[in-house]
Amino acid sequence: MTREPRGVIATEAEAPLAAAPGRSLWQDAFARLRHNRAAMASAIVLIVIVVAAIVVPWISPYNYYTPQWALLDLPPTLRGWHIFGTDDLGRDLLVRVMWGCRISLMIGAVASVVSVGIGVFWGAVAGYVGGVVDSLMMRVVDILYSVPFIPFVIVLIVMFGRNLFLIFVAIGAVSWLDIARIVRGQTLSLRNKEFVEAARASGVRGPQIVWRHLIPNLVGIVVIYATLTAPAVILFEAFLSFLGLGVQAPMTSLGVLVSDGAGELQSFPYLLIIPAVFLAAIVYCLNFLGDGLRDALDPKDR
Amino acid sequence: MAPATLLEARQLTVEFTTRGRVVHAVTEVDLDLAQGEVLAIVGESGSGKSQMLLSMLGLTAPNSRVKGSVRFDGQELLGAPEKRLNQIRARKIGYVFQDPMTSLNPYLSIGLQLAEPLRIHKKLGKAAAAAQAVEMLRAVHISEPEQRMRQYPHQLSGGMRQRVAIAMALVCGPEILIADEPTTALDVTVQAQVLSLLREARERLGTAVILVTHDLGVIAELADRVNVMYAGRIVEKGTVEDIFYRRRHPYTEALENSIPDLSDSRATPLVAIEGNPPDLSAVPAGCAFHPRCPYRLAMCDQAVPPLEAVDENHSKACFYQGELGRGAKAGG
Repeated sequence: MTREPRGVIATEAEAPLAAAPGRSLWQDAFARLRHNRAAMASAIVLIVIVVAAIVVPWISPYNYYTPQWALLDLPPTLRGWHIFGTDDLGRDLLVRVMWGCRISLMIGAVASVVSVGIGVFWGAVAGYVGGVVDSLMMRVVDILYSVPFIPFVIVLIVMFGRNLFLIFVAIGAVSWLDIARIVRGQTLSLRNKEFVEAARASGVRGPQIVWRHLIPNLVGIVVIYATLTAPAVILFEAFLSFLGLGVQAPMTSLGVLVSDGAGELQSFPYLLIIPAVFLAAIVYCLNFLGDGLRDALDPKDR
Repeated sequence: MAPATLLEARQLTVEFTTRGRVVHAVTEVDLDLAQGEVLAIVGESGSGKSQMLLSMLGLTAPNSRVKGSVRFDGQELLGAPEKRLNQIRARKIGYVFQDPMTSLNPYLSIGLQLAEPLRIHKKLGKAAAAAQAVEMLRAVHISEPEQRMRQYPHQLSGGMRQRVAIAMALVCGPEILIADEPTTALDVTVQAQVLSLLREARERLGTAVILVTHDLGVIAELADRVNVMYAGRIVEKGTVEDIFYRRRHPYTEALENSIPDLSDSRATPLVAIEGNPPDLSAVPAGCAFHPRCPYRLAMCDQAVPPLEAVDENHSKACFYQGELGRGAKAGG
């Protein structure tokens, strides 16, 4: 993919060609995002964490579950390359934190993708089509809203047994409801804008109007909401795990590590501080990236 | 030589049901548009002009009921499936909306929006559509069209946006251009540009134009024929000369008397038409204009006057057969 640098005006000869493919919203947005230092820095930090979370448990001589009784509560040290130290069972904290990042990032990613995907589709269709369809679709949302979440998770676990996938499903199934409502509201107000009517008058079919005209106008609010959802879901997973409904020991997540570490704050503060720093870094970077994305996607805000 | 009729509406009626009340937006309108002509539709706000045109393309709101017949090139449009209508929209009939501030999508670049109809209707690839879009921008006198293609609506002025909107409506080479008050939201100086663009479309591309306006100046400048609408009905139709010099309907006269005379240096008060345009959910019985009409006859609240021919191209819907001229209080 070639893209000329910003501000360079095409020369006469190649002008028609250079102007030819009107750049899509996403291409334009990405070009703008690249000039946002904070967002790019956040993206880099996130990529580093993701890569580390994938690679470190793989190449490390330690695993997340085998206790080492001789090395309980070792502070960070170069001895045996326990650079983050070990926990109260002598397990390498570096590996455990990386596993925690894996789980938390996965939950955050899956929940965001599910909630944005279903939520935007559901809300945009309900809002655009309107009438009976709208009523039916929104009643479904209302019903799901009214299901109390903790009993819902307990029932799921009783029925299907504990597994990680189930937690993804449970969180995903609930978190799209808010987005669907927000998107529907926005769509309702966009639907009567003249440009939608203009699109209809130029023969654009319904699905394409939703996809090409409505959804880009919703992107700002959706991105903000998604970046709020991801951290919330990561923290929510920690809460579920604390109740014993989330990931099960010896598997861990950042939320579990933080709550375990909090118990030993006075004697072994690094057990809290290290996972907390990772959790904070992830949440922080997601927020920055989301903010940058929102700015980049708004053509008026260059 | 009488040019072929392109668009023909018969007994077109549009009604809306809102909260149990029926709003008669358009009632039994007959309308003909010949190839390459400019037909103006005049009337006060809320006289049903826009709804009449939207209904022809099946664009009215879901709570509307459209009756009658609209034929384009012999094909019936009312009740046609969405798929058929989509083949007519933009490709055969282009539509320009009133407010260029809202009729362009703020999140898509000009280029993408201009290319969209081409890609849908002519199945052109990205590059070919973009090349044609650039040509179209050039045709509507947008400077540096290549650069404009990647700009967004907010980076253009109101006049430019309306020209882009016209370009969008013309980009597929339609046979009819419907312009719904294209100059109302614009500055006076910019209005002239937009109007000359419409005239060019007609002269260079042979596009027939339906121009909705309440600006009689615009009509004098551009139109061949004029339909005057009041409360959802056409009350007078004729050539521009008929309407300006041989008008036969009291409402047409009242409209014209309400144009301020700027050449008169004395401070003359503005002449308004007495009363208000009727609520379309409670149109007066008989002629809808009778409560405001200075020529009112006894029968006017009894029956709806039919549209009757005055001469070959000129017809009016009024029982009063005498000379007009009484309504011009301040002017005469």
